[in-house]
Amino acid sequence: MTADAPARPRRERVGTPALEPDAPAPPTDRPGRTTAGMVALALVCAALFLATLALGSVRLPLGEVLAVLTGSGAGDSTQLIVEQVRLPRAVTALIAGAALGLGGLQMQTLFRNPLADPFILGISAGASLGVALVVLAGGSGGAMLALGLGLAGGAAITAAAATGALAVTLLVLAASRRVESPATVLIIGLMVGYAVTAVVSVLVQGGFGELERVRAFVAWGFGSFAGTSWSDLVVLSATVAVGLAIGVATMKALNALLLGDAYAASMGVRVRGVRVLVVVSASLLAGAVTAFCGPIAFIGVASPHLARGLLRSSDHRVLLPATLLVGAAVALAAGLVAQLPGQDATLPLNSVTALVGAPVVVAVLLRLRRSSRAVVT
Amino acid sequence: MSVTEARPGPGGPAPRPCGNGVHPDAPPERVLSARGLAVGYRQRRRIAPVLSGLDLDLRIGQLTCLLGANGTGKTTLLRTLSGSLPPLGGTVCLGEADLTALSPADRAQRLAVVLTSRVDPGLLRVGDLVALGRHPYTGWNGRLRAADHEAIDWALEASGAAALRARPVLELSDGERQRVMIARALAQEPEILMLDEPTAFVDLPRRLELAGLLTRLARECGLAVLLTSHDLDLALRSADEVWLLGRGDRDADRRVASGAPEDLALSGALAEAFDTDTVRYDLARGRFEADGAPAPRVHVDGEGPEARWTTHAIERAGFAPASGAPARLRVAVEPGPTWRLDDGQASRHHRTLADLVTDLRSREGQRTAHQPN
Repeated sequence: MTADAPARPRRERVGTPALEPDAPAPPTDRPGRTTAGMVALALVCAALFLATLALGSVRLPLGEVLAVLTGSGAGDSTQLIVEQVRLPRAVTALIAGAALGLGGLQMQTLFRNPLADPFILGISAGASLGVALVVLAGGSGGAMLALGLGLAGGAAITAAAATGALAVTLLVLAASRRVESPATVLIIGLMVGYAVTAVVSVLVQGGFGELERVRAFVAWGFGSFAGTSWSDLVVLSATVAVGLAIGVATMKALNALLLGDAYAASMGVRVRGVRVLVVVSASLLAGAVTAFCGPIAFIGVASPHLARGLLRSSDHRVLLPATLLVGAAVALAAGLVAQLPGQDATLPLNSVTALVGAPVVVAVLLRLRRSSRAVVT
Repeated sequence: MSVTEARPGPGGPAPRPCGNGVHPDAPPERVLSARGLAVGYRQRRRIAPVLSGLDLDLRIGQLTCLLGANGTGKTTLLRTLSGSLPPLGGTVCLGEADLTALSPADRAQRLAVVLTSRVDPGLLRVGDLVALGRHPYTGWNGRLRAADHEAIDWALEASGAAALRARPVLELSDGERQRVMIARALAQEPEILMLDEPTAFVDLPRRLELAGLLTRLARECGLAVLLTSHDLDLALRSADEVWLLGRGDRDADRRVASGAPEDLALSGALAEAFDTDTVRYDLARGRFEADGAPAPRVHVDGEGPEARWTTHAIERAGFAPASGAPARLRVAVEPGPTWRLDDGQASRHHRTLADLVTDLRSREGQRTAHQPN
């Protein structure tokens, strides 16, 4: 090689015998599939959004609902129900579902564990602890949770929830760096979650708060998209937007992390920095949702798997938007079922999400076993 | 937030402030040099050195094999040279830039690795996985430009993995997976390619294919290739230079002998590094032998592949083939082929080498049984 040879490898056709092409390479139709999948998901979300507005204890004609949305005027009662009750509920479900889905995707890649999500890793429990401390001890207004929080109260609870979430995530993350096995990390997350939940129970049931607040906290624990006011939504959407922005910024690094920390570092990823950013992002997302909607299980773990299955991709640039849409759709559907259209009663949201989520988790486990992928290594 | 440095310019190669080629008159350029390097692990306040006082160079167009028995610190040294483990002492320079001072993205544009860890890439296809190698070149959202697609095509072609492009990574065999991981590393367009135990999980023909591939990448693409291995045969067969990790009573005392594999064999360094109580390196035959009592000799008459495999069978039976020296036992290869074993008193024909081995072993058994102790 002469001294002025290029430092880059010469892209020469190396005489490497190619592997036998055992079958003609199937055309990669994934761009088409991706676009079609995204459009379908967006349509499903839109339909569920409208259904949430139209269906409830009272059934509203779709035409009137659309009239309220477009501002062309409708009956006073319809206007009131849509603007003050159903629209906040639908928007809350949309944002919360998208946020929980993204949090789940981030945790699954970061912990390299298909069953990770903010709820399973105890992050939601940490957020609950933050909420419990503010509601029971802080005492900024007796029936704060039941009556809507107001901007300042909402911000305080969100901050407490995000802090609690962050503390648990950092704890689990520190443990995950000491043990190699993803299964062990999951178990540690579960244990931390149990312990934190137990602390919350002691605080709530141990007579540390007034009965009315305790009752409100217990109701909050069942999970609900109803009861968020427009001012709550400002805090929720702003926090989720920050979490989402960080999520989008770390999307490329998450792709590299699919190959593991060592490979990611060799490709120029600042692994430690990315890990911190992802944890902060997931804590903001899970914390904000938990503060307003209660600890909601399963949307986080199920949405990324549904998105992967629908779009047949592990690329986070595809998965991130898809998971947002799937999460929103699942949350809207679960919220719709929880409202029991036509009935006066409502179901606890967590029961409904579990009914959707549990089969998904089981299906994923069965699929992994069939393709003999070592989940537990 | 910026995970990687911005791409230096549209299309063009990155500016290289530190020129390669420290000695313009020395034909192969040095791309990586270690001086006074000490490697090992820091655990809190305790320092566990593994190797120290190393002076090593990697050159463009050369295949270097870091050779040592298991547990001699090959991976530790590789991790230090690739910048994933900080050195305990001394320096590692990439060109003239200190490795530890380079930004991760700059380093990734010049040095790529293939590790032993098995990746679980989910639903990624081969093309997607190789495209991940463009990470240090792409912008914040990882979108691939024309230059990136060119590099990916080249990497797949150069590693012979182009036919695998649309296959899901999960469905690949170990050998195919190996090629794909090499293609991913090549997509980084590095000057230096480092591979940790690339032959550990592949069968012998794949191993030779791999050695051929790495040699071509070094010669034809101008890469400096470093691989760790405990496979002496592979190193002797293909390496331009061997870094031999010796054994020592104290870790910190151990040195690395470097040179052409043949020079290391003749100087006895190979034997020193690999011999144990029960296995020794046979310099004349160029391979390891189990230590034992001197074997009785057998003379072989014959030529060509038949004689070659007859010799092999005789060695397997525990005898020493001797072609020139006189010996009590003689084996003649006759057309067919058949084999005639003559012990000076009687001779017997055998149709297969298996029969010959059985016969030889039974004679040896009689001989030792009749010997008075």
